[in-house]
Order: sequence, then structure tokens, then C-alpha cells
Amino acid sequence: MKSFIEKLNSKYVLQEVVYQRDDLVFAAIKKENAIDAITYLRDYEDFTHLVLMSCVDWIEDGKYQLLYLLHNPILKNDIGIKVYIDRENPEMVSAHHLWKSIWTYQREMHEAFGIVFPGSPRLKENFVVEGWDEIPFMRRDFDTHEYAEKTYFPRGNRKSNDPAEYMRKKLYPSQPVTAKQRKDDK
Amino acid sequence: MSELDLNKKTSEMLANSKANVKNSKKDFTRPEDELREVVAPDGSIIKINPLYDYFSDEKPKEELPRGGVVEKFLNWARAESIWVLGFGTGCGSIEIPPLVTPRFDMFRYGVQMRPTPRQSNAFIISGYLSVKTLKRVIRTYEQMPSPKYILALGSCTINGGMYYDSYSTINRLDKYIPVDVYIAGCMPRPEALLHGFVKLKELIKAGKAEKANEYARNFDEYKANQKKIIKDWNMPDYNW
Repeated sequence: MKSFIEKLNSKYVLQEVVYQRDDLVFAAIKKENAIDAITYLRDYEDFTHLVLMSCVDWIEDGKYQLLYLLHNPILKNDIGIKVYIDRENPEMVSAHHLWKSIWTYQREMHEAFGIVFPGSPRLKENFVVEGWDEIPFMRRDFDTHEYAEKTYFPRGNRKSNDPAEYMRKKLYPSQPVTAKQRKDDK
Repeated sequence: MSELDLNKKTSEMLANSKANVKNSKKDFTRPEDELREVVAPDGSIIKINPLYDYFSDEKPKEELPRGGVVEKFLNWARAESIWVLGFGTGCGSIEIPPLVTPRFDMFRYGVQMRPTPRQSNAFIISGYLSVKTLKRVIRTYEQMPSPKYILALGSCTINGGMYYDSYSTINRLDKYIPVDVYIAGCMPRPEALLHGFVKLKELIKAGKAEKANEYARNFDEYKANQKKIIKDWNMPDYNW
């Protein structure tokens, strides 16, 4: 895997290379080269299977991180390609021509994070929510608790218990609390 | 109805549906909701209004209890045949199939499942309800013939349960449709559901299960609450 990553590094500049396991490597590639690299991996290096595509909101850095996880069924290797895109103007080159399953991932990401993939089919259709007019709900600056409180008539008087503490009080009330338990509670 | 009246009605309804989303930043009117013309096989042109032609927009009416012995007899009869609509909304729907097995056997209480809202009078809201599902639940509930009863299963229908802070899941079901019996738990066992049916039968026999009338009486209030969260309201207000 190491020699393969070095070969890939000479072709496309890799950053943040993480050897997670013997058969799993993560690497970041620049936005301009990402789809080229993924196409190369699929067509020349037998990474023919798209395991998943996901997105992480790094709000502190002002970036979205897209992850394309690819699998090589011959050598049983996985590689995760990370792509950082701007959070203010989130746009990424669409990869819908490589795998049809990417259509759905990109549709989901458009709805959940507001990322635009120009040319991706059925991108603007509803995916999980209907009639959504707030900012995309998976962004970290969207406060779901606040939204639920002002929209869905909260009943109030809501109490929650720490399960460990509650069980101890209910089941073993006479037993003294140990120092470790007190520390855990804190 | 003449064509002129129909056109007037159509434009009113479209204006209404746009007014519903006036709080919203987006316009959710879909192209398939607009007026369209269809050429019939004989060459004549038919005007179709998808929001009006297929549904009724008449409000539900209250059916007051007759009272006396007649009502008691009717309530006894209603309590002995509770026909449940096979509609599962959340994780609680997995608690319903065991009721049809010999172990729990809901048939001994006069409860059975039906595949269509037209043949059923009880509706189990089984667990959490997203806004997307609520839209379907409202349409289904309104298609059921009166008298109809709602059993709310699980804590999600009472106060949102573990989804109390979710962006897409409602907290209180009774703000959107009237609920006869709540069954608390996460998830309640099938026995609890059977207990709910027994409770419902008691309510019906006592003449207290009049929630369909309550829905008709407070129709505008319920609709306002429903439209507050269903922003792409592209159906008539009442469609039975």
C-alpha cells in the first residue's frame, strides 16, 4: 500500500496521508485534481467500488470536507479521498458520471449541507425532508434544538436522568457511593 | 359547476396554497399542481385542476351522539369491532405484527387489521412522526369514516421522546390530530398495546371517544397547526 501511495503522490499531490490500517489509507487531494484522481483510481488501479461518500462540516476552518471512500475488490484495499471545499461558496465538481450511486449521495449533500454539484441529475429534488425553507439542517450553525422548540410545541417539564446514577438510586439505595463512582458522576 | 365557477375556484385555491407558504421563504408550488389541459380520446379538451378535481374541499361535520339507549347500543357495537388501519409510522410498527400471532391474539378483543382507511376506524400512530409522514397521516386520517379513534403509541407521540430536539420530528401529536388513548413507553410491549385497546373500548362504551367530533369542531385550529409545519401544503384542506 505504501509504494502505491508514493506512486499516487507523484501523480497527484497528496496531503494529510494517514495510514489507518494496512489496507486503509486516507489522503487529502486538492479540489481541482480530486475527480481526476478518483477517475484514475477507478479506471487504472481497480478501485472500482464506491463504498460511500460523505461530508463533514469543519465550521472553525470555514470548510466542508467531502470524503470519497473507494474499495479495490482485487487487493481488498480501501482508500479515502478527502476534498476540502470552501464553506461560504460550497461547490464541487460532480462525479455522477463515475458511479450512478453518487447521484443520491450528491442529492443528499445538497439538501443537508447546501453543497452544489453542477450537472448532477435530480439534484434539487427532495431527499429526506419536504418543504424545507431554513438553512440546510446538517450545517453545524443550524440549531436543531432551538428550531424544534419554536416549531413543534414542546410539552415542557422535560426531565432526564443519568442512567447509571438513577439505577444506583433505584436498585441499591442503601449501598454507599464509592469514590470512583463519585468521580465518574462528575 | 360551470367552467367559469371552476376557474374562479381554481385561482382561489392556488392563491390560498400560495398564502399558506407566505411565512416561508420559498414557494413550494409544484408544476403538477398548476392548471393543465388534457386532450381526451375524442379530441375534446378537458381542463384539469389537480388540487380540486380529485378531492372534496368540504369541511368535516360534527355528528352529535343520539343519546339514550340507541347511543349505548351503538357504542357497544363500536367497541366490539375496532378495525385498525395497517399503517406504521415509526419503530413502534414492529410491535403491531405480534398482535396478530397466537401469543397475543388481538382478534379475541374484536380488533383486526385492515389494508385501507375506508374500512378502518382505529389508527395507531406507532412511534415518532416526521413532518413528511404527518402529511400522509393527516390525509389518511381524514379519509377514515367517522367515528374514528387514534391510539398514540410510544413516548415520541407524547412529548417527542428521544427525538424532542430533532428538526424533522414533531413533539406533540395532539396538536395536529386528536388522540384518544396514549400508550407510554419506549417501546411499549404488545401487552401495553392490548391494554390500550381495552382502555379504548372502555372509553367508547362510556361515550367518551368523541375525538372525531372534536376534530370537526376545532378544525381551523388543527389546520393552522398542521400548516405551520407542513410548508409545501399542496393538497386541499379536507380530502376524504
